[in-house]
Amino acid sequence: MNSPIKNTRKMQESPIPTPTLPLKGRGFAVGDAVAHDSAHLHVSGRATYADDVREPRGTLHAAIAYSPIARGVLRAVDLVDVLAMKDVVGAFTAKDIPGKNCYGAITHDEPFLAEDRVEFVGQPIAIIVAKTRDAARRAARKAKFDIADETPILTINDAIAANSLLKPPTIIERGVPKEAIARATHSVRGECEIGAQEHFYLEGQIALAIPHEDGQMQVIVSTQHPTEMQQVTATILGIGWNDVVSEVRRLGGGFGGKEVQPAQFAALAALAAHHTQCPVKLRLDRDDDFLITGKRHDFAFHYDAASDANGRLTAFDLTLSSRCGFSTDYSHQVNDRALCHIDNGYHHTNLKVTNYRCRTNTQSATAFRGFGAPQGMFAIEHCIESIARNVGRDPLDVRKANFYGEKTGLTTHYGQAVEGFWLPQMVERLEQTSDYRARRAAITTHNARNPIIRKGISLTPVMFGVSFNASFLNRGSALLSLYLDGTFVLNHAGTEMGQGLFIKMQQIVAEAFGVDARKVRSTTTNTSKLPNTPPTAASSGADLNGMAVLDACNILKARLAPWLSKVLQCEANDIEFCDGVVTSKHGVIFLTMQELATRATFAKIPLTAQGFYYTPGIQWNGETFSGKPAYYFAYGAAVSEVAVDTLTGEHKVTRVDILHDVGKSLNPAIDRGQIEGGFVQGMGYLTSEELVWDGKGRLRTHAPSTYKIPTAADVPEVFNVELWDQDNHVESIHRSKAVGEPPLMLAFSVWFAIADAISSYTDSRAMPKLVAPATPEAILRAMHAARAAR
Amino acid sequence: MNAVSTSIKFLLNGAPHEVADLDPHTSVLSYLREHLFLTGTKEGCAEGDCGACTVAIAELDGVDRLRVMPINACIRLLPTIDGKALFTVEALSMFGESGELHPVQQAMVDCHASQCGFCTPGFVMSLFALFKNDVAPSRERICEAISGNLCRCTGYRPIIEAAQQATHSRIAQSMRANESENQIVDKNNLAASHPFKLGLEIRSSSSTWLHCAAADSNAPAARDAEKHIAKSLAALQRNSALDYRANDARFIAPRTLDEFSTLVETLPSAWILSGGTDVGLWINKALQTNSTILYTGEIAALRKIDIHQGALTIGAAASLEDAFRAMNQHYPELAHVWTRFASWPIRASGTLGGNVANGSPIGDSMPALITLGAEVVLRKGAKQRTIPLESLYIDYKKQSREPGEWVEAIRVPARAEGMQIASYKNSKRNEQDISAVCAAIAMTIEDGVVTKARIAYGGVAGIPKRAANTEAAVIGKPWNETTVRAAMQAMTNDFTPMNDMRASAEYRMQVAQNHLLRFWHESQDEAASLEARVF
Repeated sequence: MNSPIKNTRKMQESPIPTPTLPLKGRGFAVGDAVAHDSAHLHVSGRATYADDVREPRGTLHAAIAYSPIARGVLRAVDLVDVLAMKDVVGAFTAKDIPGKNCYGAITHDEPFLAEDRVEFVGQPIAIIVAKTRDAARRAARKAKFDIADETPILTINDAIAANSLLKPPTIIERGVPKEAIARATHSVRGECEIGAQEHFYLEGQIALAIPHEDGQMQVIVSTQHPTEMQQVTATILGIGWNDVVSEVRRLGGGFGGKEVQPAQFAALAALAAHHTQCPVKLRLDRDDDFLITGKRHDFAFHYDAASDANGRLTAFDLTLSSRCGFSTDYSHQVNDRALCHIDNGYHHTNLKVTNYRCRTNTQSATAFRGFGAPQGMFAIEHCIESIARNVGRDPLDVRKANFYGEKTGLTTHYGQAVEGFWLPQMVERLEQTSDYRARRAAITTHNARNPIIRKGISLTPVMFGVSFNASFLNRGSALLSLYLDGTFVLNHAGTEMGQGLFIKMQQIVAEAFGVDARKVRSTTTNTSKLPNTPPTAASSGADLNGMAVLDACNILKARLAPWLSKVLQCEANDIEFCDGVVTSKHGVIFLTMQELATRATFAKIPLTAQGFYYTPGIQWNGETFSGKPAYYFAYGAAVSEVAVDTLTGEHKVTRVDILHDVGKSLNPAIDRGQIEGGFVQGMGYLTSEELVWDGKGRLRTHAPSTYKIPTAADVPEVFNVELWDQDNHVESIHRSKAVGEPPLMLAFSVWFAIADAISSYTDSRAMPKLVAPATPEAILRAMHAARAAR
Repeated sequence: MNAVSTSIKFLLNGAPHEVADLDPHTSVLSYLREHLFLTGTKEGCAEGDCGACTVAIAELDGVDRLRVMPINACIRLLPTIDGKALFTVEALSMFGESGELHPVQQAMVDCHASQCGFCTPGFVMSLFALFKNDVAPSRERICEAISGNLCRCTGYRPIIEAAQQATHSRIAQSMRANESENQIVDKNNLAASHPFKLGLEIRSSSSTWLHCAAADSNAPAARDAEKHIAKSLAALQRNSALDYRANDARFIAPRTLDEFSTLVETLPSAWILSGGTDVGLWINKALQTNSTILYTGEIAALRKIDIHQGALTIGAAASLEDAFRAMNQHYPELAHVWTRFASWPIRASGTLGGNVANGSPIGDSMPALITLGAEVVLRKGAKQRTIPLESLYIDYKKQSREPGEWVEAIRVPARAEGMQIASYKNSKRNEQDISAVCAAIAMTIEDGVVTKARIAYGGVAGIPKRAANTEAAVIGKPWNETTVRAAMQAMTNDFTPMNDMRASAEYRMQVAQNHLLRFWHESQDEAASLEARVF
């Protein structure tokens, strides 16, 4: 391997060049730290979100009336008082659906509106339409439901006891785990819970449906999956997909919460628009958004594991259970992904996993950045840490001892060969740059002296498989057009939710045609331009659509080449696009893009190209739990240090060092943003973000007043981020790697640093009984348990 | 009573603006977005907790100075803006040539501080308020200034960096400082009410002032621009009460205590509105309305803070921000709780009187006030009485106030010699979170013996409450760990905390006890070396 270390960009020390300094003597293109395409619009309030689109004349507003009961038979719906309210135009229930009343991410097992049963507190039963949003919300509260309530199944334990499962347990067995554990010299037993997480996109769910002539419907929805919105609109109205256009310019955050969740709102807005023949906007109040929409799956797990004296894992017997809520949603895919990620860079020899997918009377758990991977990875990290405490070694050394390699093995538990595995080198480097060993020693000294503040440190790795497990979803499409004035307009299947996808795509066009990325115009994501698109999810937006954009560029260039070689009097190979012109390598003739477009049009050459891409060579068999689901792996590692207040359980993250692998970065500024943002979101997930349901299944934390995502002061002042500078070993778009989800798991280092601090009560020999999120209360409880166990 | 007013008048992004026929319950946010289509300001939560709706208001400060504050537009009722200057994100770059960005905006772009961009306008406005108020703020101060703004994408690091860059930037000012005064022409034409239909004159002065950082506030061009806006604002000030009626509802903003007192007596079912940080939620979340709203925010006497020989009399309508700043001068130990108390926009709107009168068991000002021996001045008609603050609270949502009696002021006594004071707050999140437990302790220790102690807690009972048994367990005792441990035990007789989504009863009690232990640790000589706090 080349030595990547020499080339590593030290981002903390040398800041990313600002966009005022073109890097390559030309406009911005691939590899440049160009600003987000909408940055100037974001800061000036001019970026248009769904709620900012000027409402067509006569737009009505809708609100949802939902179930106050977690489980029961819906005997009657009384909307008399609703309809009597001022400015109310109509109220619609399941009976008013002309098409089908069912949808779902994969399995169509969710009703748009509850029909004969209610399955969770917050389940929509009726949609109320009024002249104003305020009137609709007031009226919605007047709805009366006659529900014969039944005892709800709320927790993982409830569900397993009642055998309320989406399907029988999934069991994976490799080697001889039971025997290996029975004969092991060192064994550990552990358990933990890892709570759910609310997406808390700043822009709540919103859909605007506009009826058009001849039964057609347009829906403007804040969604990561415009095609799904098109599909559900067609489904609820019983019309063809060709009668629906779904579009979105940008989302105010998605994180997985706008993949399938907006479907219900798009469909209901369309239903109301269909009946009233007026545009209808459905914008959820934040509390309703919390109550109705799905969250990250909470998991509980327990395990028996065995190791040798050095902490090398010899067997892992894991029971991993997830709370899926009332419907299937993406729960199978999320759980599969959890099971695929119980390696996180470590080799399994003897393995058994028993995985329960629990159906409960709660919001249907759904996609969320990481998509099951965090929960699976958390289980193995918990185990590795337990082993380290058990054999009395620094957890970092035990991690290193278990990495994939010649000594351990280079095949995952699902049979994929591990290639391009440079995680150990990354960990090695981070250990040095973060000064891990010296800080570890200083912490030990500190903890021996200070009665109130305990410190802890942890280095955790990330190995994340990139691709949808469902192979057919791994496709991208793009539509690139050159206008007569020499400007490009780009459309592709991906949605812009803040991740910088659009600017990356523009950079790819810029690279191909030698123009400035900022001059390429991205349009709304629109189902009438590119049909049958997969969601922008699984970190794959840039990978899939980037390749499709490149394909479109190449098609257009290839189409122009014969004609251009005549015009430029050169070989096709010698045609060069740079600095906004096309010329030949040797020649003196050049054309501006405007001249090119005009003359090519006169030469009757079409200037629109559609690009397509699918990820090659991946396949997955869910039955045998084997295949090659990941095109490649993205790696990262983080070191976090924390100080824990032993009197209150509060903690502060005092320093973070990250080294992350994005391959050859398409845009280091955007990628760094994803890394830092993912880390902080993960930190919230594992510390302050606690969702609490009461005994009747009512979510008690349904607003930012009670649900606490991190704020600025939670971010450590020392926050070093470095990109690992090595090209992707497979042919990805310009050899970059996906960056959306993997950094979230870097935040494990915070949780394990807290655990490390607590573990100091037992001379680091016991894994604390700490749950996630590690709230002050959870930490204090774990500290008491650790003290008692001393 | 005064003549009924059919309209509200204020400066919107520098231009005079008049609103009529608008329900007085309408929030600033709804008005901007739904009536003016100024959609730069966003709704994230409609309860003042996320900051996406942050806008800035400027008030007259003296004759020709302006005071800038960030506020949450979602819970601020539009009639409360009467007589003020309201600035939205659109203002910062609407004046410049070819969309030139404000230094705060440019820094946000340069530092890659926006991703999805939805929270960004709110951050920009909080940072704008910081830019106008603080010269070269520390990182800590920057975090405090944006504690009311949530971002789910960036992880905040680039935003903090942008704040540092913008508040240290003087480029815009030096450019603007050269503008001559005669470019600024007086114009007070109330007819020009469309936000984008602005005269060049207004553009010029507003632009100069908006782009001028706190460090340059005395530069000639900046002063001229400020004076110009102040003059426009002065013209909007009312000498008598605003009595605005629309949509069968009435919003009255009296100017004097006597007027207010009479109104409370004659309109007993009216809402009394101060900062609106709670009332705003009644409207947005509980969908409540009231035919009459009495606003305390324009009663100068009620916003006053008097300091006499170290004793403070804080008018009930003084903002939390002002009240805390005044108290910090005499009781700096309380700053720990005050900086964790809500967020800057909430503290700028919310009032100390509102916090006290609301009497929530988790109101963070009361434990400290009770510990310091604060009194509350109650008024009904012409009758006034003063009682110790702790005797105001009887039981959950039950107070010793008579019907119609209202809080006029809070009196904080001068600091006693030799008193050791500490305040503690803890919650799931460090910033802008409701306390699990809030504590304040004041103790006098003479010759190693506790001679006086006042200890009060929030979050552990139905009301903010003194820990009588705990106090008794330390008074007259030697100040040592044995005493502290005994007092911690005694505390279990003082409180019966509740279980809820924030914390369990067990946790609250344990932490309440531990706060006393911490106080003891901190009172020891080696305290400094112990690094006893993480925040």
